Amino acid sequence: MSTPDIIDTLAGIKPGSALDAIRAHRVQARDNAQKSYLSLFEPIDASDFSLVERAAVAAFVTGLHGESPVAAFYRSKLAASTDGARLVEAIEAEIARGKTSGPYGSFPAGPLSVENTAGLIYRVSAERRSALGPRLGAALEHAHLLVFRPRDASSADMKALLGAGWSNTGIVTFSQLVAFLSFQLRVVSGLRTLAAVNA
Amino acid sequence: MSTVNPPVVFTQDELGWVSWIEPLPEAELTERHFAGLVDRARAKSEYFRLLVRDPEVLEARTKTDKDIFYNVADGLPRAERELAAAATSRYNGCIYCASVHARFASTYSKRRDDVQRLLDEGLKADLGERWNAVVKASVALAATPIAFGPDNIAELRRAGLDDAEIVDVINGASFFNWANRLMLSLGEPSK
Repeated sequence: MSTPDIIDTLAGIKPGSALDAIRAHRVQARDNAQKSYLSLFEPIDASDFSLVERAAVAAFVTGLHGESPVAAFYRSKLAASTDGARLVEAIEAEIARGKTSGPYGSFPAGPLSVENTAGLIYRVSAERRSALGPRLGAALEHAHLLVFRPRDASSADMKALLGAGWSNTGIVTFSQLVAFLSFQLRVVSGLRTLAAVNA
Repeated sequence: MSTVNPPVVFTQDELGWVSWIEPLPEAELTERHFAGLVDRARAKSEYFRLLVRDPEVLEARTKTDKDIFYNVADGLPRAERELAAAATSRYNGCIYCASVHARFASTYSKRRDDVQRLLDEGLKADLGERWNAVVKASVALAATPIAFGPDNIAELRRAGLDDAEIVDVINGASFFNWANRLMLSLGEPSK
């Protein structure tokens, strides 16, 4: 494969190692996690969700999970993307404001309501809203919801994104990107933990 | 769009799912879209006709999913991969995903009552050492910040899992952090 496997790179898995051998037993999963990454960050069509928006959302989402090789990777990706360097500081500041612990949120009213847990309802700060613009501002707010309180999502959140200029197709790719990163962060974290225990 | 009658409890029953934004009409699907759907029959599903708005990522995601859960030449038994998926969905609050994967966990384990206790009582249900270890590891991975650590691995090993099986727990639980966020945010389940 031309591009190095991103999960192996971020988890520090070396060719020929025990974990490399275990991952080789799930070759379809490994190759298609890689293809998912490539289709999100090197898409054939970025017209509904620009490359700089993808990098900014990725830096925000991975940063909300705490400092890690994955967060550092996407922060560098943002800094290196066209028109991205100017956003790094704003994204870092918004990560600091948005950091909390999840999952929390509300269930549909009924027997599960006793499990409802309150938590931060994140909104982009007023002073950075204009620098980020309406599309990216709405994206960060929705990404925060997806990271920490996905069970709170409602049709009103879709309307907010549509109202901020997101297309239906853009919303699908954006949702996939945030959800994919939730997966990638955890696979990397799990594999790093296993490698460390065995070292 | 169908009438929504949302479930208010976790269940193993078969549920429907209704999109909040517009899926592609079946008549507009091209060969590029069918490649993204992987299984042509998925053109009948509102969920997949929505996700196929980005066919490349849908195709890669579907193939990742299939290998993590269905490639049982070795590694973790199917029932316990489904248990990891159900526990993650229970914790994140995805009633739809939990219904599908609790049903699969019941089918493959023949432990329907234990699976139902996971749904009813939540993550504190005592399901025996091996299942408790899988549930606890899945929940630790799903937390943000991620809480999975060496203790989870030690517990999985004490319960008899080898490293290949532990990687299957990591993959299965991690994948459902992807799936839950799509099902929860793009639409809602319906009874």
